[in-house]
Amino acid sequence: MQVELITPDQTVFSGEATGIKLPGVNGSFEVLANHAPLISALGEGTVRINAKEGATTVTITGGFAEVLNNRVVVLAESVRKEA
Amino acid sequence: MPAALKEVRTRIVSVKNTQKITKAMKLVAASKLRRATDRIVQMRPYSTKLSEMLTNIISGTELDVPIAHAEERPLENVLFVIVTSDRGLCGGFNSNMVRLAKRTIEEEYSDLQKAGKISLMFVGKKGFDGLKRTEGANLRTEYQEIFKDLSFENAAVAAENVMDGFVAKEFDRVEVFYNQFKNQITQIPTRDQFLPIPKLEAPAEGEAQMKSDFIFEPAGGAIVQELVPKILKTKFYSYILDSNAAEHGARMTAMDQATDNAEELLKELKLTYNRARQAAITTEITEIVSGAAALNG
Repeated sequence: MQVELITPDQTVFSGEATGIKLPGVNGSFEVLANHAPLISALGEGTVRINAKEGATTVTITGGFAEVLNNRVVVLAESVRKEA
Repeated sequence: MPAALKEVRTRIVSVKNTQKITKAMKLVAASKLRRATDRIVQMRPYSTKLSEMLTNIISGTELDVPIAHAEERPLENVLFVIVTSDRGLCGGFNSNMVRLAKRTIEEEYSDLQKAGKISLMFVGKKGFDGLKRTEGANLRTEYQEIFKDLSFENAAVAAENVMDGFVAKEFDRVEVFYNQFKNQITQIPTRDQFLPIPKLEAPAEGEAQMKSDFIFEPAGGAIVQELVPKILKTKFYSYILDSNAAEHGARMTAMDQATDNAEELLKELKLTYNRARQAAITTEITEIVSGAAALNG
């Protein structure tokens, strides 16, 4: 599935992924391929994108995620990359 | 060398130096402008997606959610956010803004002004310089220096402060004055109502049908409450980015003009200089010739 992580200042991640873990306001959850359409508010926490080449982990301060037709768009207010 | 000749020469040198400065400033402004427009472009996917989500949510939920930021109240207190630049030398960029703000206050809000119910919030120094003597206005400068470190976070803090003030009924309307960036040479001084936000409208039927089976997390109403402030922050940030790009555009044009003017001036000065030099030589020759004639005579 296609994953995009966008902030007002830049596009942090854009590409294929096998799964993404998101910090929802009501608790953390994971989205895999063929997930049902979903819009969720995100709280503070870490986003983990699992891609074939390896995982990317970033910390966000809140935002929104939309899942539609195997496309996940994450809008974060600000992002801090982790090693 | 006669005094007149030397004077002209000093002027030529000084004009040349000024021209060097304006030329350099023009180049700097051009590269800053490129970066500023890049920022606007980078921001676009975020803001489009955000409003798309809002339409999805509104079309997916039937309920009419009351939004604190859209509440229309009788006008008692107004806040104007005045976005200008920190530095001058950019043509009419700042003075146009100051003029627009002054005119709006005088023409539309003079009653509130007399009652001291107008607040002015400044983003950028020049607006403050131009409007600090406005009578009966409450001046706020806490976010004046956003341009020193322009980032979404800093803009968001200012936007949050404004939104909190509105929700807490400190002001009943917030208008933003900023220079809209149209292209490199055109900036449009614009005023825009920031709060209360115009009523949200559900999209056309066909579009709504297609996407209406979303799962919402948290359910319907609550998610809108979260989304609206985010959209407002983004909007506020886009005002500032727009003004930033417009500033560099204005400076570039102004400096380009200044360089051309200097060129023109130099041409004239050179002509004067050559004429004066010619005159001096002629006088000298006449003196020598008549001196020699006197000796031989």
